[in-house]
Amino acid sequence: MTDIYSITGITAYLRTLLENNELLQDVWVKGEISNMTRATSGHWYFTVKDSGAQLKGVMFKAAVQRQSFEPQNGDSVHLHGRLSVYEARGEYQLYADEIQRAGGVGDLYAQFEALKQRLAAEGLFDDSRKRPLPARPRCLGVVTSPDAAAFQDVRRVLAQRFPLALVLLSPTPVQGAEAPAQIVRAIERLNHHGQADVLLVCRGGGSIEDLWSFNDERVARAIAASRIPVISGVGHETDFTIADFVADVRAPTPSAAAMLATPDRADLETALRGLDDALTWHLDTHLSAARADLNGLRQSLRYHSPARQVNTARQRLDDLEARARQSLAHRLALHRERLHARSAALHAASPAAILARGYAIITRSDDGQPVTSARGLKPGTGITLRLRDGEAPARIEDKDSHERYKRTLF
Amino acid sequence: MSATNELSFEQAYAELEDVVRRLEAGTLPLAEAVTLYERGQQLSARCQALLDSAELRIQALAEDGSTTPLQP
Repeated sequence: MTDIYSITGITAYLRTLLENNELLQDVWVKGEISNMTRATSGHWYFTVKDSGAQLKGVMFKAAVQRQSFEPQNGDSVHLHGRLSVYEARGEYQLYADEIQRAGGVGDLYAQFEALKQRLAAEGLFDDSRKRPLPARPRCLGVVTSPDAAAFQDVRRVLAQRFPLALVLLSPTPVQGAEAPAQIVRAIERLNHHGQADVLLVCRGGGSIEDLWSFNDERVARAIAASRIPVISGVGHETDFTIADFVADVRAPTPSAAAMLATPDRADLETALRGLDDALTWHLDTHLSAARADLNGLRQSLRYHSPARQVNTARQRLDDLEARARQSLAHRLALHRERLHARSAALHAASPAAILARGYAIITRSDDGQPVTSARGLKPGTGITLRLRDGEAPARIEDKDSHERYKRTLF
Repeated sequence: MSATNELSFEQAYAELEDVVRRLEAGTLPLAEAVTLYERGQQLSARCQALLDSAELRIQALAEDGSTTPLQP
């Protein structure tokens, strides 16, 4: 009789067969995940299938922890690992050490490009759709996971730059199969609530699979449909997601999104100082204009003041007075001169002067009438001779006696 | 005009900008300009005080639309 193997023996033999096959110890397989079970031990158990067959699979905790992509039932995946036998159950299975979305990175890139082109063709990325951000938002809606480092970054930046704002966190997972639907709901929730002036859709850095939710068409459409402007801040500077293209503003990181959403406190203080200065400057302008007006009025008032008119009149009076004085003096001099001339003439014509030259004035002694003619003079008529220095009485003699007298005398 | 210390930063800032614009126009009677200037100074001080004392408030928005404050 041929050897009879125990179940354990034959199973061990099968296991050796498989484990000694080079191909089966380092193999990639592809299929669709089903019966996904995440055990409390941390291991994942699942089945991979395609239309014709299925294969049991396990991924141990150590490998799970390295896994950034968490496959869900129905996901098309590529799995790497080795095939062996789980002896207790008599099942061969795949011991997976890596699970990727079907097609891997290359396939993801193709999906990304296809969606990007489709949405671009729809006009979802058009500049005309981009809305301006509020200069000083009162309330910021943040769509991210509250446990993520991204949220702490956003929070720190906001506290430092613009602590006046209210932050409304709309929590959502940001990776995993459930994430896109949750992100959509978080965006819609903020729109429904209505208080936020701007939305920040954020996730920290990670692998392309980690960021994949932000390349989901549903997320893109929710961002496009948001009535509140959206800033995307997903991954690192070099990561571009569909969410970035459709957002009103794309920030390279979550921190940058927070910065773009808010004015800097220092800028605000500068602006405040500027307004303060403008305030003082304009008041000064007002004041100096008023002062100039006042000076003008004061001058005009002084010009028209009664005191000035009195002064002017007084000056005119002084002028007139001076002129009057001058002309008076002039006329006095003239008169004086004329007087001199006249008095000289008078003097020359005065009887006294004539008498001094040896003439005499003869008047009749009886009636005092001047004697201006010899005719009528009779001898014996008393006459008065008025000479230079006095009067002398005399009598007219007859002609003969005069001649006698003359003879006697000589 | 509301009492300055009840204004939000936004309100105080917007009014301050308005005050400066009105002063800038330069058509006001002097007494009014001086009153406006004093108002502007109060508003500016209010803005600065709000900036100095502000602490970021964070609330979580739940599915049902209710909000709960998050501890900083």
